[in-house]
Amino acid sequence: MNGKLQDFSAGAIAILPVLAAAVPIALLFGTLAAARGLSPLEVWLMSATVFAGALQFVAIDQWSDLAPFGLLAVTALVVNVRHVLMGASLGRSMGGFSTPQKYAAMFLLTDEGWAFAEQRVRKGELTPAYYFGLGIALWLVWTTSSLAGALIGKALGDPSVYGFNFAFSAVFICILTGFWSSWRTAVVLAASGIVSALASLFLPGAWYIMAGAVAGIVAAAALHAEVHGPGTDGVMPS
Amino acid sequence: MSLDINTLLAILAMAVATYLTRVGGLWLLEIANVKGRARSAMDALPPAVLMAVIAPTVLATGLPETIASAITVVAAMRLPLLAAVAVGVASVVALRAFIG
Repeated sequence: MNGKLQDFSAGAIAILPVLAAAVPIALLFGTLAAARGLSPLEVWLMSATVFAGALQFVAIDQWSDLAPFGLLAVTALVVNVRHVLMGASLGRSMGGFSTPQKYAAMFLLTDEGWAFAEQRVRKGELTPAYYFGLGIALWLVWTTSSLAGALIGKALGDPSVYGFNFAFSAVFICILTGFWSSWRTAVVLAASGIVSALASLFLPGAWYIMAGAVAGIVAAAALHAEVHGPGTDGVMPS
Repeated sequence: MSLDINTLLAILAMAVATYLTRVGGLWLLEIANVKGRARSAMDALPPAVLMAVIAPTVLATGLPETIASAITVVAAMRLPLLAAVAVGVASVVALRAFIG
């Protein structure tokens, strides 16, 4: 029990930099959503049940008096389709999770929580307690700060997010440096980075993430023979 | 505290669609036998997705972001995460002020 509590705390502490950056972003979201006519309860409900920052900003941008829920559902699928890749990758490291724990864990899946979970996988074992420490800490901060933004956002004036928005990129860069293993990593990163940056200039919405990710894994698949050689399937540690 | 039925439906539609993308990966794992070339591809997924998430900021936003990203990489190799993130954010703020 003590070990579980320790793991839970370790997860919540690991994600602290993200929590600090999430507060102003969520305040901004709550402020914008309230300006669009959503009540504080509705703002909290969206943050609590959708729990996906990028999508919530896109949705508020498209919001109208008669909220178009068909369009919003399709938008949710498109903006969040990257979660399919993240879930498939992380699912392989969830041997210690029961089935209900897996389905609860996926409800809390975010770019940030997922990145820290994959980092934990590389350093050792990902326990349910550690994962829920990451996820619940972020959920509490995101929902509370959204609500606060809806209630007092106007009083805060124009919340400047400059610097804070880069904090998310900085967190991802730090985690990414831990994934370096060989020149093959460089090829994967180059393929993913170049395609993603180009796609962001020409494709609408968040399709650049899928485009870049697919380019990266295609590059990894192309390099496969040199990585494992014939007949070594399943021998290499993951 | 008001709750409009139409707004509630819209929020729930977004929540359900988002949850489907989150569990979709688990279902994909169950039907797909991951080995060989597919396994190499799956192993590369975390760095490939991370890179794809940050690439527009790092490469296609502006000179301050690109330079700050490089500084963050160097900081990440020497400092703990929180300190490296602080260095990155401070450098982007400073660079935006100088370069604009």
